[in-house]
Amino acid sequence: MSLGLDLLLAALMLGLAGWTVLGRDMFAAIAAFIAYGLLLGIVWVRVGALDVALTEAAVGGGVTGGLLIAAWARLRATAMVERKAGAGLAVLAALASLGVAVLLAAVVLHLPQPAPTLVPEAMANLAPTGLGNPVSATLMAWRALDTLLEKLVLLLALLGIWSVAPDAAWGARPAASVDRDGALTFLAQFLPPVGVVVGIYTVWTSADAPGGAFQGGTILAAMWLLAVRAGLADLPRVASRWLRLALVAGPAVFLAVGLAGFVLAGHFLAYPEAVAKPLIVLIEAPMILSIGVSLALMVAGPPVPKGDA
Amino acid sequence: MSADLYGLCGAALVGIGLYGLIVQPHPLRKILAFNILGGGVFLLFGVFARRGAALSLPGDPVPQALLITGLVVSFAATALAVALLLRLAAETGRARLDDE
Amino acid sequence: MTELLSNTPGGTLLVFALVVPAAGLMLAFLAGGRAAMRVAFAVVAVQLGLSIAIARAVWDSGAALIYLAGGWRPPLGIALRADGISAAMMVMTAIVLAAVALYARTNFSAATERRADLTFWCLLIALSGAMNAVFLGNDLFNLYVALELLTFVAVPLVCLDGKPATLQAALRYLLFALIGSVLYLLGVALFYGAYAALDITLLRGRIHGEPAAYLAVALMTAGLLAKTALFPLHLWLPPAHADAPPAASAVLSALVVKAKFFLILRLWFALMPTLAEGPGADLLGALGAGAILFGSALALRQARLKLLIAYSTLAQLGYLFLMIPLATGPVNWLFWSAGAWTGGMFQAIAHGFAKAAMFLAAGLMAEVAGHDRIAGLAGIGRALPVATLGFALGGLSLLGVPPSGGFLAKWLLLTASIAEGQWWWAVVMLIGGAMAGGYIFRVLANTLADSPAPLPVAPRGRQYVVLALALCSLALGLLPAGPSALLQIGRVGP
Repeated sequence: MSLGLDLLLAALMLGLAGWTVLGRDMFAAIAAFIAYGLLLGIVWVRVGALDVALTEAAVGGGVTGGLLIAAWARLRATAMVERKAGAGLAVLAALASLGVAVLLAAVVLHLPQPAPTLVPEAMANLAPTGLGNPVSATLMAWRALDTLLEKLVLLLALLGIWSVAPDAAWGARPAASVDRDGALTFLAQFLPPVGVVVGIYTVWTSADAPGGAFQGGTILAAMWLLAVRAGLADLPRVASRWLRLALVAGPAVFLAVGLAGFVLAGHFLAYPEAVAKPLIVLIEAPMILSIGVSLALMVAGPPVPKGDA
Repeated sequence: MSADLYGLCGAALVGIGLYGLIVQPHPLRKILAFNILGGGVFLLFGVFARRGAALSLPGDPVPQALLITGLVVSFAATALAVALLLRLAAETGRARLDDE
Repeated sequence: MTELLSNTPGGTLLVFALVVPAAGLMLAFLAGGRAAMRVAFAVVAVQLGLSIAIARAVWDSGAALIYLAGGWRPPLGIALRADGISAAMMVMTAIVLAAVALYARTNFSAATERRADLTFWCLLIALSGAMNAVFLGNDLFNLYVALELLTFVAVPLVCLDGKPATLQAALRYLLFALIGSVLYLLGVALFYGAYAALDITLLRGRIHGEPAAYLAVALMTAGLLAKTALFPLHLWLPPAHADAPPAASAVLSALVVKAKFFLILRLWFALMPTLAEGPGADLLGALGAGAILFGSALALRQARLKLLIAYSTLAQLGYLFLMIPLATGPVNWLFWSAGAWTGGMFQAIAHGFAKAAMFLAAGLMAEVAGHDRIAGLAGIGRALPVATLGFALGGLSLLGVPPSGGFLAKWLLLTASIAEGQWWWAVVMLIGGAMAGGYIFRVLANTLADSPAPLPVAPRGRQYVVLALALCSLALGLLPAGPSALLQIGRVGP
């Protein structure tokens, strides 16, 4: 039964992936991609990766899909002529891709048994992190350096997105598409407070159960964008000091706590065992703000000159 | 068994994404193909995590955490690519990578 | 020689080489305006001091510096590691970034915050951190994040001026970079699946020729080749490097591509040291040889100066890849192998200085002449005497005229290829040198010609920055044996 479900999921995903890549109509391809993302979310549950499932649901299909649909809507105005690649290139590409896929499949099927794993090391070192969820412990303790650098990637990506704005738009707000529909406004008034509570709760529980700053931040971002769309909130000007403070607050606190580790625990990015959990919560609280604001603004795009907003 | 199944699925997704990236000329199509390819790579990470399940854990937490970091980075890359593409289209009225 | 993965004295310095730019980036972004530029100056100055301190500590201890982040030992934790080549590349990077900051002060310092100014200074700071993260990373996934940092720094630099042609170049570059990253990440996944470890030192001990390791390293190398723009995956590079503002072109050509090459060295010499003895190394060498010939031929045909310099980057990258078949070979571990290793790294460093000098000089020439068509550069030599001298000295280093760093690099590679009986690489290097002479001479002949209407004499300040960089490239060839001994520290072999 469960193997049947897995077979069905895998077949559907391959079909949707094929459609995304080869389908004639661009919009249908994007729709197929969104469905692919949703299925991938279910697959994460099937392979026992609940934290990943939550992240996938947050950014994978959903936000990425929305971003691509918005791009498609704006590109429709431009010439959407799609040319075909030459037959020679197509054959070469097909051979290369098939070769890679076959080699990968062969290697995956011949990996060592029993599989090498870090589960024993992880469980042995979980207690000093003060966390109950080993995925959170990986992100916030054992591989905290990755997580810190990844937050800088987000900041740089946002700066890069802003940097494609016209010069005249610098300092202004990103374009907000407002839709003053009655039902939407009602939803936008009702959902954000709920979303904020859920978002913060998600972070709080992530220490022991799946969840985390990233998922929490995404919920906040979605709520904010919903409110913007209903005309109840404004996107901030990119020159705003408050905005920039909100964006760097998370990584800055992370870095500060990391440096404090030199004094408190003898190492950069180390936490003294007695206060590890409160310190990690201290990092995650501003982090969810920074992540939420960066994600919302990455979706909103670069600032536009005042007249066009 | 189902880990092997998803492993094969991941390998196939890598192939499909790679093919689309090379063959499809439209930048938005390339961005889509990049995400399919990324999905395949992430699925392999998930499969390796699953294979590493031990003690009471349903999967090895380390590759799962890497996967979360990877998803975030991949989203950031998609957002930057879309911003560039839209600006290019707004400037030139076309969305192409070549000059013809 | 087996290395223990535990903190060494001086290891803390490695943390600061990452923390200083991280904090600087946030501060510059927060403060905005001219303050961002001041923060950038502070960061490049501190980074210069730190990189020298790290090189010093590596030299004094004679072994790699190691720091375990959070005190967690791999495979669970992440190690930072600086050996001789990390230290040397960090010093080169810090010097180039400092020079570029001095040069760019004129272009990006409006009193009120502008888009290009804030972006440029933030990215310059971030680049310092991203480069160091690549040079210090000893964990394959941590290196993936470092690679992505570099991508997010480099792409907006390409289209900093916002013109449609540069937006197109930036988008094409981004798509290439993303294919490269995702192939790299696929390799990382395979390594984890096969060994449940990502630390290079740990993996080296666990890999015993399993197919998974070969496939992983092949995928990662292919991805990195696309990012390094090695022939025939070079198509994105010339427009991306040539149309960016000069300060951006300088860091893209001198630094960013080197970081990706550096990772290839890590994979082929530190992770799987037996690889460089196999046919793969000859394939990489052959691609390098192709890049030398093809890049030089196209450089000769360019009408625009910045495109000529960009194509010359393609050719000079080719020399780097010749060190892969040469730094091992039949006389592995002996004199010539060490010579090829030093020669390759000298090439990376000397080209970094020389190429930064040449792009910055080209920028000044374009400012004075109003264009960068080589045929219309008559009289530039008179208007910009110091910058023209800097361009010429940088060019001499590229074509390998003694006593430049480029000469030493090419001499070491040349002698290694003859001593190891791989004379065909030597033939390619000699042809490449002659062609480089051709394209450098063509530029110099035009700039030194008399112009019908004399151009205004430009201020000297930024010209001295160009000259200083070119002199660094030159000085490398005059230094005693110190640097080449530094480059061997922490080197691993099969």
